[in-house]
Amino acid sequence: MTQLPDSNYKAPDGPQKYIGKAVKRVEDPRFITGQGHYTDDINVHGQLHAAMLRSPYAHAKIGQIDASAALALKGVHAVLTGQDLADAKVGSIPTGWLLPDLKIPPHPAIAHGEVHYVGDIVAVVIAESRALAEDAVALIEVDLEPLDAVSLGSQALAQGAAEVHPEAPGNVAFNWEIGDAAAADELFKQADHVVSLKIRNHRLVPNAIEPRASLAQYQRSSEEFTLHTTSQNPHIHRLMLAAFVLGIPEHKLRVISPDVGGGFGSKIFQYPEEVIVLFAAKKLNRPVKWAARRSESFVSDMQGRDHESEAQLALSKDGKMLALKVDTIANMGAYLTTFAPAVPTYLYGTLLNGVYKFGAVHAKVTGVFTNTVPVDAYRGAGRPEATYLVERIVSKAASELGMDAAEIRRKNFIQPEDFPYQTPVALVYDSGNYEPALDKALGMLGYQDLLKEQAEGRKNGRYIGIGFSTYVEACGLAPSALVGQLGAQAGQWESAVVRVMPTGKIEVLTGSHSHGQGHETTFAQIAAEEFGIPMEDVVIVHGDTGKMPFGWGTYGSRSAAVGGSALKMALGRIKDKATKIAAHLLEAAPEDIEVADGQFKVKGVPEGGKSFFDVALMAHLAHNLPEGMEPGLEAQYMYDPKNFVYPFGTHIAVVELDADTGHVKMIKYVCVDDCGPLINPLVVEGQVHGGIAQGFGQAILEETVYDEEGNMLTGSFMEYSMPRAEDLPMFEIDHTVTPSPHNPLGVKGIGESGTIASTAAVANAVNDALRAFGHHHVDMPFTPEKVWRAMKGGVQDLGQAADD
Amino acid sequence: MSLVPVTININGTPTPAQVEPRMLLVQFLRDELELTGTHVGCDTSQCGACTVSLNGEAVKSCTLFAVQADGMDVQTIEGIGSMDDLHPIQAAFWEQHGLQCGFCTPGMIMASAEIIRRNPDPSEEEIREQLGGNFCRCTGYHNIVKAISSAAAVMREKGAEAGQAADD
Repeated sequence: MTQLPDSNYKAPDGPQKYIGKAVKRVEDPRFITGQGHYTDDINVHGQLHAAMLRSPYAHAKIGQIDASAALALKGVHAVLTGQDLADAKVGSIPTGWLLPDLKIPPHPAIAHGEVHYVGDIVAVVIAESRALAEDAVALIEVDLEPLDAVSLGSQALAQGAAEVHPEAPGNVAFNWEIGDAAAADELFKQADHVVSLKIRNHRLVPNAIEPRASLAQYQRSSEEFTLHTTSQNPHIHRLMLAAFVLGIPEHKLRVISPDVGGGFGSKIFQYPEEVIVLFAAKKLNRPVKWAARRSESFVSDMQGRDHESEAQLALSKDGKMLALKVDTIANMGAYLTTFAPAVPTYLYGTLLNGVYKFGAVHAKVTGVFTNTVPVDAYRGAGRPEATYLVERIVSKAASELGMDAAEIRRKNFIQPEDFPYQTPVALVYDSGNYEPALDKALGMLGYQDLLKEQAEGRKNGRYIGIGFSTYVEACGLAPSALVGQLGAQAGQWESAVVRVMPTGKIEVLTGSHSHGQGHETTFAQIAAEEFGIPMEDVVIVHGDTGKMPFGWGTYGSRSAAVGGSALKMALGRIKDKATKIAAHLLEAAPEDIEVADGQFKVKGVPEGGKSFFDVALMAHLAHNLPEGMEPGLEAQYMYDPKNFVYPFGTHIAVVELDADTGHVKMIKYVCVDDCGPLINPLVVEGQVHGGIAQGFGQAILEETVYDEEGNMLTGSFMEYSMPRAEDLPMFEIDHTVTPSPHNPLGVKGIGESGTIASTAAVANAVNDALRAFGHHHVDMPFTPEKVWRAMKGGVQDLGQAADD
Repeated sequence: MSLVPVTININGTPTPAQVEPRMLLVQFLRDELELTGTHVGCDTSQCGACTVSLNGEAVKSCTLFAVQADGMDVQTIEGIGSMDDLHPIQAAFWEQHGLQCGFCTPGMIMASAEIIRRNPDPSEEEIREQLGGNFCRCTGYHNIVKAISSAAAVMREKGAEAGQAADD
């Protein structure tokens, strides 16, 4: 494996005690006994409740608001409008990633003047109970004058389209491109075959099962605020709310994110409701709580995906890929939220190279405002969109050239000796070895036998499809200076504090946040491994700005690679100091000391030694420390990664189409992922399982549908089809291990891989099955109706398929 | 709004209360009794996070009013087992990594109890079909299905032992 010059990964010398072991999760006992502590479980003395009046129109002018009937109800304390926030000079909700010439319209927490999507908040009632607040909302009279609205990105760009914001003429938020267009054009001239693809990556609602909730408290005597909120990154919330929106001195705002019931990106962002409860808590001098109804989540949680793209792939006649050109319209929704501009640009365009050796890649992205819920990062964030496009067009190329879908991939893979690999779209892949993952997956699948079964089946009216996705993704966000150059208004390092107590117990404070990922277990494994002490002696503290040092939180599969690395580095500092203390006590040189199973010993001397407890105690007693040593045993490390990490792998979906109903049954799913060394296989596999289900959901079931007026037609679980247990088979998963050379654990992220890979694999499988009906491409989601029509030859409504 | 007196047998304890007629059972459990293990994940009775046992059968506690449970037995996640004495289904969810964020978990465990009550030896297909009323966004259901199978096996064995002991 090629070593990067800044390599600091060292493979372990011998067997490990905790890392790599399928340790049962430390956090589970509270969850399985109903003792989980989520935001909406918290109630405090004197608490009031907020309920939102949300716009039923996608675009409307706000006229008179008459709240007298609402205010007349006993127990209603206030009705707030956009005017109240404007009068108090509450700031706009900021955008945390800037692009050149980016248009950023104001985003008030309560709409002021106009509403811009169904769900935009028009007014807020604060009352003694939630039921009362909701009753009062129904009594508010608002004059809303409907304006023309637009919901589809391409339609928003059309001549004469409704204008969402005057600040963005033509509804264009940004124009962005990456790669060498001239080089790509040159390679297209040399091509023997060009594959074209028109593709929609439809919009999704994240739907973490815990709806968002926030509880604000204000202490008048000290002017301190405490916000409990469903957040993946409490420090980001604190920073944005304090510095940009509410003008609270940052040290007077404590943000606590207790147990959080899933995020998938949707709990990264700074939301209007958090502003509202903080504002109301101070105004009324009472704690104020809001918890979303699911119907509110559908129109207020930031959504995901929503691209319309056209792509061309240039190939030589033997199937060598030469160049790729992509033109994408990214629907940003009504406002630009926290990370939104980064998602369809730096997290998308840079991934369009996939795992292949292209001569050139060029991508152009137009970000567009529409009268819909804002779109921001949703599990994978840009990378599933890139992977779906690349993997779909590669499979279409195989289909058009009559090549095997696995072999066209193998033929074009970046080779192990090519790493670190500079792609034509800015990234430098750290390490990779793509072919073993493909071969392992093919072996698990029994590919050759399955091909025979498929061919046999087709003769007998059985329509089996096999779909590949050989993906790579960039995660472990990210080198701070690099993302700063690209427009991030944030750093992307992570913090860890290791606090060893006099009794040898360890408290780890991390800026990473677990909302299902299992940090309380995996981070404890890393810490316990360092000294060979029992895992029970380590506790992981996260999710409270009042306890942890500043940290950037959890998204972009960054916890292990960045937060875990920060922990590893801080542990190294503890180990250095503890070793010096032990050496001093044992009257030996520090380099002669080794630590195992919680004992510091002189190398080659099995007798004697000092326990971790002895050393921790002496560090605190400071009765006998090396000359000049500072007492205590605590270390902090802020780890800023040198590069992204690049997990990869092969996912293969096998589906069968029901010729009578068009129902798609996934009959098998095989994958081999490479996320470097596994800290806890149980946790890694769980992440992969869930990721596959989410990606499958997009391919087959889920779709956020808006009509042309911007009304959301899929606003509840009655209309938005979530994956259920019966939709899925048992997954067959395995791993290869190619460490990242540039972080101390060698780990790559795994939280998003399943979702990034699986949508394309499933979509390719359905398309493979539909080849029997003469189709080269049908777009997802593969609802029974769409598949049935495709099988019956009624392809007029299927876009691309009609052209083929 | 006038209040209605009810007495609901919650986890074995008769619990008298005065409730609004419109109060859902799930609100009663969470807001009045602070039994916050029962969760609310939707408002259309799809997600199953609020599943409890009512007179021995699984119900979604958002689908009935507290007054409708007057005089009935309600078992919640807090009543099925405890940290010191886990129910075999709880233990199996832990063992098989059948949860991640934990939010759907109480409802999943209560629904699992129902599946095993109906058939002590459910097939994978039965488990998947009967979990149709419970959403999980984290696990892809893979390990939940495994947990239910393994809990069922443990419970069958325990049942056999208990039967054996009774015969002895």
